[in-house]
Amino acid sequence: MLKFSDNKLKEVKKIIDRYPQGKQKSALIPLLHMAQSEFGGWLSPESMDYIASLLTIDPIEVYEVATFYSMYNLQPVGKHVFEVCQTGPCMLNGSDNIINYIKTKLNIGVGETTEDGLFTLKTVECLGACGYAPMMQLGDHYREHLTKEKVDAIIEECRGKE
Amino acid sequence: MAKKVLLEKAHIKGIRAYDVYKAQGGYASVEKALKMDPAAIVEEVKKSGLRGRGGAGFPTGMKWSFLAKPEGVPRYLVCNADESEPGTFKDRYLMEFLPHLLIEGLIVSSFALGSNSTYIYIRGEYAWIVNILEQAIEEAKQHGYLGKNILNTGFDCEIYVQRGAGAYICGEETALIESLEGKRGNPRIKPPFPAIKGLWDCPTVVNNVETIAAVVPIINMGGEEYAKIGVGRSTGTKLLSACGNINKPGVYEIDMTISVEEFIFSDEYCGGIPNGKRLKACIPGGSSVPILPANLLLKTAKGETRYMNYESLSDGGFATGSMMGSGGFIVLDEDQCIVRHTMSLARFYRHESCGQCSPCREGTGWMEKILTKIENGKGQSSDIDLLWDIQRKIEGNTICPLGDAAAWPVAAAIRHFRDEFEWHVNNPSLCLTENYGLAHYADELSIVS
Repeated sequence: MLKFSDNKLKEVKKIIDRYPQGKQKSALIPLLHMAQSEFGGWLSPESMDYIASLLTIDPIEVYEVATFYSMYNLQPVGKHVFEVCQTGPCMLNGSDNIINYIKTKLNIGVGETTEDGLFTLKTVECLGACGYAPMMQLGDHYREHLTKEKVDAIIEECRGKE
Repeated sequence: MAKKVLLEKAHIKGIRAYDVYKAQGGYASVEKALKMDPAAIVEEVKKSGLRGRGGAGFPTGMKWSFLAKPEGVPRYLVCNADESEPGTFKDRYLMEFLPHLLIEGLIVSSFALGSNSTYIYIRGEYAWIVNILEQAIEEAKQHGYLGKNILNTGFDCEIYVQRGAGAYICGEETALIESLEGKRGNPRIKPPFPAIKGLWDCPTVVNNVETIAAVVPIINMGGEEYAKIGVGRSTGTKLLSACGNINKPGVYEIDMTISVEEFIFSDEYCGGIPNGKRLKACIPGGSSVPILPANLLLKTAKGETRYMNYESLSDGGFATGSMMGSGGFIVLDEDQCIVRHTMSLARFYRHESCGQCSPCREGTGWMEKILTKIENGKGQSSDIDLLWDIQRKIEGNTICPLGDAAAWPVAAAIRHFRDEFEWHVNNPSLCLTENYGLAHYADELSIVS
């Protein structure tokens, strides 16, 4: 059975304490972030049920939230997820070329994962980096002013971590 | 050089840390405000003429004065840091480089409104900024500006950072509140407004990051002095995030007296268009506001110079004007295709519609499909009228302004660039390889270099 570590459970308590008594459901979105990063980069039904039990809410209350927000992965993803912005300002600065380059380079389509399970390519809508376009999110950070060379370097960097 | 009251110290080395920020005069507004009567603080903000910097431009002091104060019921201040409007990245800059300015503004505003628990709702993708803000909160707490009995006034205040998880709609204040309560970001039907029934059904004020930061100079210099910056009802300074086809994309603080032309072409700001290209169009206030062709952008329909402020940008209404909006300034050069760009924005709004209201849920997807068809040389002339019809039926027919936000960009693109849409329809093969270019108004322009 899935379970957070004791340290993480302390963090859970700290988060719940931010809200008035009885309003622990407010911790749902932060806890889903935590579950996703602790339990393999995606939200399985099992991990969502676990969060429901921690917050003493119904599982359906978790599912309806998890399916609403785009940052939650409801299917397994690769170890490194390239989330490339494709909205207007990034498009004006060549995001289409970057997306096509990644597709060719990794031999995957949008929404797909490489066979070795290392990379997933996603397109996303505006991430608030319009002045530094084109860009992608990789984990908790942004990679900006993307060029083909930069994409190559990022892929190598990820491979180097293996 | 325009007067700066928010970013003037952004470039000081180490300003992100408490010690440096404090040594530069930081937290003076807290010292001053906590000796004032909360109602007097609201009065100063009213006098300043400050208008909400998130996009709607509603007077902040008035919004504050609507807050209900029933006995024994907690009141909440929530800071809207869910910056998601395409073209907008000013709040990110402010939080990343001047986190203490936001915390300082939040303490003063919390005191003015009587909020003992204040929440910063930040878009989930700004994950690294959460750490920067929490660090600043911790430092402020260590120095007695947060926590129990702040500066021995008896005022208690905690600030918490709450991460969203990817949803543009959560920038709408009631959707934000729903999200903060751990639910889907479905906007609420108003009334009741948050000032009466907001977070956990308690009276709540939701303010944008830049709005809260502006409270600091307002308290320091006084509302009347602040109101002297700017022009008319566009008081104070405004942060603009400039992007698209310009030489110097970035965040700029302006005092709302400069012209649009100066903002685009001056080296102090955007620095002109790269590679000698000419200016085609611009969305001056975030993707939702109407796009303007170069001729109507630089001058109003009456031929007067257009300025970077609320009134001048909206001069002419939607027929020939636009809006200041969030300050997300998107510039398009002569090589850009209006149909393709509009299609990209339509996709954005389809993706971000929460799905509650049929006109928005169905209409945004329908508009995206038609625009994709036209862009790919498969459109018919009747599609342009159909698009116009759909956007009209979305506008004003939804619970929240996302419907309008999705309709306006399509409406403005057809209004000002109908010839380009027709060219796509009439040249189905050519439009796949060539761009329409600058169009009919180019010869009228004096500034196109």
